[in-house]
Amino acid sequence: MSNIVDIEYNRVNNTTSTDFPGHSSGEDFSWDIEKFKNNFEIKINSFNEREGNFDLINIDTSIANAFRRIMIAEVPSVAAETIYIFNNTSVIQDEVLSHRIGLIPLKVDPDVLTWVDPSLDEKDRHTDENTIVLSLDVTCTHNPNAPEGSTDPKELYRNAHIYAKDLKFEPQGRQIEIFKGRPVVAADPDILLAKLRPGQEIHLRAHCILGVGSDHAKFSPVSTASYRLMPVIDIKEPITGQEAKKFQKCFPSGVIGIKNDQAVVENPRKDTVSREVLRHPEFEGKVKLGRKRDHFIFNVESTGAMPPDEIFIKSIRVLKSKADQLRNSPISQ
Amino acid sequence: MSSPQREGFTAPSSISHAAQGYVASKSLGVKYHCAQCGSSFSLNKTDAIRCKDCGHRVIYKARTKRMVQFEAR
Repeated sequence: MSNIVDIEYNRVNNTTSTDFPGHSSGEDFSWDIEKFKNNFEIKINSFNEREGNFDLINIDTSIANAFRRIMIAEVPSVAAETIYIFNNTSVIQDEVLSHRIGLIPLKVDPDVLTWVDPSLDEKDRHTDENTIVLSLDVTCTHNPNAPEGSTDPKELYRNAHIYAKDLKFEPQGRQIEIFKGRPVVAADPDILLAKLRPGQEIHLRAHCILGVGSDHAKFSPVSTASYRLMPVIDIKEPITGQEAKKFQKCFPSGVIGIKNDQAVVENPRKDTVSREVLRHPEFEGKVKLGRKRDHFIFNVESTGAMPPDEIFIKSIRVLKSKADQLRNSPISQ
Repeated sequence: MSSPQREGFTAPSSISHAAQGYVASKSLGVKYHCAQCGSSFSLNKTDAIRCKDCGHRVIYKARTKRMVQFEAR
């Protein structure tokens, strides 16, 4: 059976994979690691500090989706968990401020921290090995050198706007050596936390710990981790002249090219599969849209703590440890 | 003459200081912030409810210095 999902005017056909043993006679779909190794392919399209784009080819949806879900919910990262507020006279409520501080992505390698043991008593729970302390001490005052007639709060007052960069790292115990030269800072320094007016102040400490996205979204190391299937555009009959130009306009730019007055598929990856082409009666029967069911185009956007490649590698490790655990459990014997 | 216990007020257990003619040098006033100019000052119970700097009549009590714990969730 074809591994292409058919995309028609008002329906999608052939969506489920059928390459498992016992589905059809005459074909061997039993799992074979050697066969998988020969077929499987990873293509890296682009990688930088914040975003990664890569293809996983010839892999089942269940595995590709497992990687996506693990990257979102099970790769650990560090976020503020407990906020101790000593004073907050700003207009933003303690609860809301705490929540905002929790959601700030922190630039800290999760591997240097250990897990907090929740079974311990609360006062013994936090050590220099598992907790990072950040403090925020700001007071807003009038700026005596404000320009005449100014109405801009940033000029009129000092500390009128409080940003994520105002959180100061307070190394505890051995953290002075561990974090030497790479202090804990917010991955994005310009996240606005609160606005103050003269006389208002915020004085708090935040304890940051290791966690996973399934517990709270603030622990997720990715903003998005998603995949889409590779689009397939199959031109059945030649499309020429003015029709070719119209055909080209039915797709995003760069998808369809015109060679020798004839429409050709240039780069199906850029297609959004909008099905616009299927609305025009003159193209009926001349084109077939689809998606390759085992070709996943991943896009991983990091929050800044780890580069996207590290997040993906860690998701593989998590899946591997889950498989190991299952293999060693009594039900698999 | 006995007055009922008021919040924040504890009757002195002895009257020796008063009897000796001492005046408590420590201010017993409550801290306030002006709603207009933002200055902080303390007022005693007989003082007029006015800012000591600008005379504005809307003032806020200062927040407690006690630490409050929150979950960042």
